[in-house]
Amino acid sequence: MVVGMTLSTFLQQLINGLSLGSLYALIAIGYTMVYGILKLINFAHGDIFMMAAYFAYFGIAVFLLPWYVTFIITILLTMALGALIERTAYRPLREAPKTSLLISAIGVSFLLENLATYLFSGKPQAFPEFPAMTTPIFVGGISIQPVSVAIPIVAFVLMTAILFIINKTKVGMAMRAVSVDYDTAKLMGIKIDNVISSTFALGSGLAAVGALLWCMKYPSVLPLMGVVPGLKCFIAAVIGGIGNVKGAVIGGLILGFSEVLMVAFFPAMTGYRDAVAFIILIVILLFLPNGILGKKQVEKV
Amino acid sequence: MKKALSLLLCLALVATMTAGCSGSSSKSDSDVIKVGVFEPLTGANASGGELELEGVQLANKARPEVLGKKVELVTADNKSDKAEATTAAARLIEKDKVCAILGSWGSSLSMAAGDLVKSNKVPAIALSATNPQVTLGNDYYFRVCFLDPFQGTVMANYAAKTLGAKKVAIVQEVSNDYSVGLAKFFTDAFTKLTGDSSAIVATGNYNTGDQDFNGILTNIKATNPDVIFAPGNYTESALLIKQARALGITCPIIGGDTWETNEFITVGGADVEGAVMSTFFDDTNPPTEAGKTMVTAYKAEYPDRANVPAVTALGYDGYMLLLDAIERAGSADPQAIRDALAQTKDFEGATGMITINENGDAEKDGAIIKVVKDGKFTYLDNVTITK
Repeated sequence: MVVGMTLSTFLQQLINGLSLGSLYALIAIGYTMVYGILKLINFAHGDIFMMAAYFAYFGIAVFLLPWYVTFIITILLTMALGALIERTAYRPLREAPKTSLLISAIGVSFLLENLATYLFSGKPQAFPEFPAMTTPIFVGGISIQPVSVAIPIVAFVLMTAILFIINKTKVGMAMRAVSVDYDTAKLMGIKIDNVISSTFALGSGLAAVGALLWCMKYPSVLPLMGVVPGLKCFIAAVIGGIGNVKGAVIGGLILGFSEVLMVAFFPAMTGYRDAVAFIILIVILLFLPNGILGKKQVEKV
Repeated sequence: MKKALSLLLCLALVATMTAGCSGSSSKSDSDVIKVGVFEPLTGANASGGELELEGVQLANKARPEVLGKKVELVTADNKSDKAEATTAAARLIEKDKVCAILGSWGSSLSMAAGDLVKSNKVPAIALSATNPQVTLGNDYYFRVCFLDPFQGTVMANYAAKTLGAKKVAIVQEVSNDYSVGLAKFFTDAFTKLTGDSSAIVATGNYNTGDQDFNGILTNIKATNPDVIFAPGNYTESALLIKQARALGITCPIIGGDTWETNEFITVGGADVEGAVMSTFFDDTNPPTEAGKTMVTAYKAEYPDRANVPAVTALGYDGYMLLLDAIERAGSADPQAIRDALAQTKDFEGATGMITINENGDAEKDGAIIKVVKDGKFTYLDNVTITK
């Protein structure tokens, strides 16, 4: 099976895995942040990612805006969309059982998918090309697209920024307080609604950055494009320990590398690569029920 | 305020529900003949479904009546999903009570409806579904296009003889019966042609909807094939070709009829230039008078389109063949239509003469090979293989 795998092929696969894994990581951070604060698995996250891709597509291909303007608008619009979803679909259920919130999240997910199909048609749209990011550079037989290098860098920078916000700023302190004890935080004068809105906005902003990089690498935009990445990144967040930002990045990288390396070492099994994500999830949860970096949770009665 | 809003939302919900049904509002008048069009209009295969539907609509416009009755098209969206496909077909048969069904683009989707048309005895005509299993063992499923054993042979011949390939790598969409079947028939024909049982140097698998093919392609690059044969859905194939070129794979990449959609070119851009595929119809040289009529009608309907997609021509043929069968049967009774369809002999279709054999398939021995040139599907060769 491994016969004939040269060093350059192996290195090429590592690069493939790194860029795919970093993309997963970026999207997984958004999942994990929302979970950390609200204990809600935001199933609409993958669809927010999809909407960001459409915003960018319309900005560049339809309204012919320069790419940097489009990118800023896309990120801002997606953040607004995230906050809007929180305001309309989750806030009214703040006092309801967590299950209702989860169902509401699934509802939002379907709503966005069908809305996108209705508005933008079910046909794939071609995302504009960025030759500066996609023209490969060849280093000793290994092809490296600039975007493949940009993705891990952006992911790392954003992870650092998010950690800074959570640990060093006032709003981050409020987020941590809400995450530890919702009611006490409220008593301490923390404006819960604002904290939760900003968490959603930040998480959605990361989904938007993820979508922009994703579309540069895989330039087709579809209403259902968020489903599989959404699911994979949810798995990545759980593997890393849901609620933990560093864990989400580690989970994303593990998932990206294992998918690509499985294809590299067991070519006959490539059709099962989606199953790999679930197998890794099951194995890790068997041994580390809270994920790799997850804290042990004490159930409060 | 809140109450007014929720009332408004409820109204909107009801409105969309009724809007969804209005296309199939049951007019049970006996002066209308209902024909079901069963296509993927959303999801991964939406572009293919839309092209076929346009062909059917074009034909409906050219011939709106049969036996003095108006023909009404009832469209059902199977959402590019096998599970949804059975629901959509069941709705056409049970709720809309259509007398026959046209479609679907995609062999897997057609096969999903196979049991339903068989058990309800409603004839169906597959327009561009090429997998043999669609009609095999099913007396109620017919088809107007060629089959994959033939298409696989055509592309194997092209790879071995025209391109002079000795080693081929295959990439297939494992969740798609069409892709897996075509890859197998290609493999059989190619190993026979070259006499080399190890002529297929690598096989890569992916799933419908996948977007990252770098892992598979890196493996394939290491085996250094002369040609890559990659039958599959158009979006995935276009992304696959883009990634292959970015990885520095320069060999020709060839595929099957499903590539011929606009999205293949818009998504693939400059990277799909030179991609070669087999298909059903070439509008610059229609094989029959009916073909010429169809091309003229298409150009009048869509003056801004570059060329007539092959599956649109097949959609046209499917509808015309069905109306011919209804006329020959002298009634719109599903069983009578089925019997008339089974006896079709030398029907002049836009894509060639159609004679239905004992399996319910059109006997076709010619295929067109097209190449992407300057962002257009361009005629390359006309291949006839006699059995």
